[in-house]
Amino acid sequence: MRTFIERTGERTLGAIEELGYAFSLCIESLYWLLAGPFLQQPVRLSAVVAEMMKIGVLAVPVVLLLAFANGAMMAIQGLATLREFGAESQVVAGIAYSVTREFGVLIAAIVVAGRSGSAIAARIGSMQMSQEVDALRVMGVEPVRHLVAPILLAMLIMMPVLTMFANAAAIIGGGIYTSMTLSMPLAVFIEQCFDVLDWSDLAQGLYKALVFGTLIALIACANGFSVSGGAEGLGRFTTRSVVLSIAAIVVADMIFTYFLNR
Amino acid sequence: MPQAATVTASATPYAIEVEDLVSYYDSRRILDEVSLRVRPGEIMVVMGGSGSGKSTLLRHLLGLNRPAAGRVSLFGADISQASARELYQLRRRMGVSFQNGALFNSMTVEENVAFPLREHTRLDERTIRIMARMKLEVVNLAGFERLMPAQLSGGMIKRAALARALVMDPSLLFFDEPSAGLDPVVSADLDELILRLRDALRVTILVVTHELDSAFRIADRITVLDQGRILITGTVEEVRNSPSERVQNLLNRRSEEIDVDPEEYLRRLTD
Repeated sequence: MRTFIERTGERTLGAIEELGYAFSLCIESLYWLLAGPFLQQPVRLSAVVAEMMKIGVLAVPVVLLLAFANGAMMAIQGLATLREFGAESQVVAGIAYSVTREFGVLIAAIVVAGRSGSAIAARIGSMQMSQEVDALRVMGVEPVRHLVAPILLAMLIMMPVLTMFANAAAIIGGGIYTSMTLSMPLAVFIEQCFDVLDWSDLAQGLYKALVFGTLIALIACANGFSVSGGAEGLGRFTTRSVVLSIAAIVVADMIFTYFLNR
Repeated sequence: MPQAATVTASATPYAIEVEDLVSYYDSRRILDEVSLRVRPGEIMVVMGGSGSGKSTLLRHLLGLNRPAAGRVSLFGADISQASARELYQLRRRMGVSFQNGALFNSMTVEENVAFPLREHTRLDERTIRIMARMKLEVVNLAGFERLMPAQLSGGMIKRAALARALVMDPSLLFFDEPSAGLDPVVSADLDELILRLRDALRVTILVVTHELDSAFRIADRITVLDQGRILITGTVEEVRNSPSERVQNLLNRRSEEIDVDPEEYLRRLTD
């Protein structure tokens, strides 16, 4: 019978091993992105563009919808709360700060983790199961260069773009509700947003977008390469990829928010 | 045409050399001091039942597994000691036809065959397409270029995988269970194709299979693996006439009696 301590030890070692593996994927991807062209083994631009399409462009509608709804909800809650203090006009600053620093990037990251993180883990996992990854290796094509590096680069480009879309949609969503409730024209709401916002507020969201994009890409790829145990294993690792990505995003967000707003 | 790669290699008359190869899966010994030599232009068939270690041996030959002990050399270069660059160059001289084809499901048949050329050469698109179609002609798949792997039959997938394996004009070809899952007629066609390729291209071929008919049809020499050990390596006749009971059991498809210690068996059940 295995003791609790043995099981905990095994799981801890497993987690450390997985962390190390994800880190090595990151370093190897950066190596291929930078050194690949000099070794006549470049990361294909067409693969990066294809990933940008899947990760970014196709996610735009759902990101816009969720961010718009989130912005409107923040306006509803904000106005209801601030009304008690007679400070309804402060809702503009509240929405502008929380969207650009926090919720725009969070919505974009959660959508990408759910949509693309699962798709990436499933795609690499099924390639692993059908020996396509082995086929790449024996053809002299490094799987990290061919599969991971384009995903990582596309994520680093598209996450900030999606974050900016989410910021805009959330502010418009909040603005429409506020303008209807406070009889304030939408243009005035947006103008006031620009007045209160600083570049550093936008930058805060964009830094986070880069970190969250990296986390989603590495967690999804690491889980995809780890798939074993047939169809059941593929489902398990795909689910695990999404759960771990969202958990990592929320924890990283908390750490970021603490250090960036002290 | 793709350029032949140069790899630091010692002079050797063998295309493949395996010396005292030992491999483990967790604590289980899968290969036990396996030694094997394949001459250039030869068709070597590695035969054995399920769990004999033949797939693990193939993974070592492809450089996908690291040996616990022993040495695997291709064209005189030790692949377990090779640098990433040397391994890259060696792999450009190898073609592999996997058991289930391992075609890239997101690409058409032609894109699959053209993939190694796009990765390793600077040929223009038109030349790449012509070369890919030539290889598809060789394996009798002309006209199927635009189909996706999911639209092909089992035999067609194996032939498309073979076309991809051939496209860089390799010196060494590996087949993993070429007949598995195919009906006898398609399987015999594939065997004929393997023989034709060897004769036309003088390529060294190593086939891993458990199909006796196929093995006897194509092999110059056969190695019989059993429980991680080589029972015999020899010509088809030598293997057929082997006095070894285990070899004869395998050839006559007789299951082996496994000695069971009753006490050990009881302990396993109740532990």
